Amino acid sequence: MIGSIISSGMVSPAWDNLFAVILGMGFGFALEASGFSSSRKIIGTFFGYDFVVVKVFFTAAIVASLGLLYFSYLGLVDFSTLYIQPTFLTSAIVGGIIMGIGFAMGGFCPGTSLCATAVGRIDGLVFFGGMFIGVFLFSESFPIFENMYYSGSQGAKMINTVFGISPELFTFFLVLAAIGMFVGAGRIQKNIKKIEY
Amino acid sequence: MKKIKNDGSYYLNPYLGGVILGTFLFLAFYISGRGLGASGAVKNSVAATVNVIAPGHVANSAYYSQFAGGDKQPMSNWLVFEVLGVLAGAFFSGIIFNRLKFKVEHSPKITSRRRLVFALAGGLIFGFGSQLARGCTSGAALSGMAVLSFGGYITMIAIFGTAFVAAWIFRKNWI
Repeated sequence: MIGSIISSGMVSPAWDNLFAVILGMGFGFALEASGFSSSRKIIGTFFGYDFVVVKVFFTAAIVASLGLLYFSYLGLVDFSTLYIQPTFLTSAIVGGIIMGIGFAMGGFCPGTSLCATAVGRIDGLVFFGGMFIGVFLFSESFPIFENMYYSGSQGAKMINTVFGISPELFTFFLVLAAIGMFVGAGRIQKNIKKIEY
Repeated sequence: MKKIKNDGSYYLNPYLGGVILGTFLFLAFYISGRGLGASGAVKNSVAATVNVIAPGHVANSAYYSQFAGGDKQPMSNWLVFEVLGVLAGAFFSGIIFNRLKFKVEHSPKITSRRRLVFALAGGLIFGFGSQLARGCTSGAALSGMAVLSFGGYITMIAIFGTAFVAAWIFRKNWI
């Protein structure tokens, strides 16, 4: 079957929402089991006492990238049927900076706050509630941010084209960079005072 | 493989956790043609709620009208079903690894109240930024990176780069 399966028409689109629940369950399980329901474990990355976020995040990005490239090489995935996050440079940078501040204050990102809520962490639930207010405020003030929202549009640009190399070569360098980070993280963690949480 | 904590709960090895997460991310693209997200469901919930209270406002809004109003069904949406799955999956993990417990997790140096105020403010700011960037750490950064999206990488660098600096500013809340 050539992916994405839903776009190939081999499975009725009605099944897509069921797949969504199952895929979400795997996502939530992997996040919670890795410790992402704990804000103090997540935030450890920024103080060097626990690099679980770096390890899980980059391992996941590599596994998914390699899987998709390999299936594409075998002719089992058609990249043109996949949703590629479009690049709007200004809003990606400004939005990312705003999210970084929220991350450092709240200790969660949206997905991890859901996992924390699911295992009974009140701080996760409150963070999740705060998101509704933030989304509402953005939506209501959209006219102010509309120009920024649409500026710097570059379409579904892929990062390897920025460097003028193939997707495979870029992913190879990504794997090398990730291994470097994992080794570096291990060394830093050894020299940092343990924090109980 | 498993690290036992003093409260009797377990964590998966982070690399194994990453492989499981990456496999489901790969499957999301292979099956549904899209990545995994979290903030999108909040966006749809807000748009749906406002649409019930003030449908005229939604129809006139250049933002809400992309997701709600007319014959759009914002709550019968892939992202919403996926997020319900996330809750269920995390709950199962909480049972298996012995972590189900109602509590406010915070540094012993700060009060629960202070922790909750910062969690609320952080969630508000994160939610706002996620709309500007068209997705959060999951939908924009991680899912974008899986398909080598330039914007996904930029968002990831902006989030983590800023958080490293901002965490230092707010360090009294954490260490």
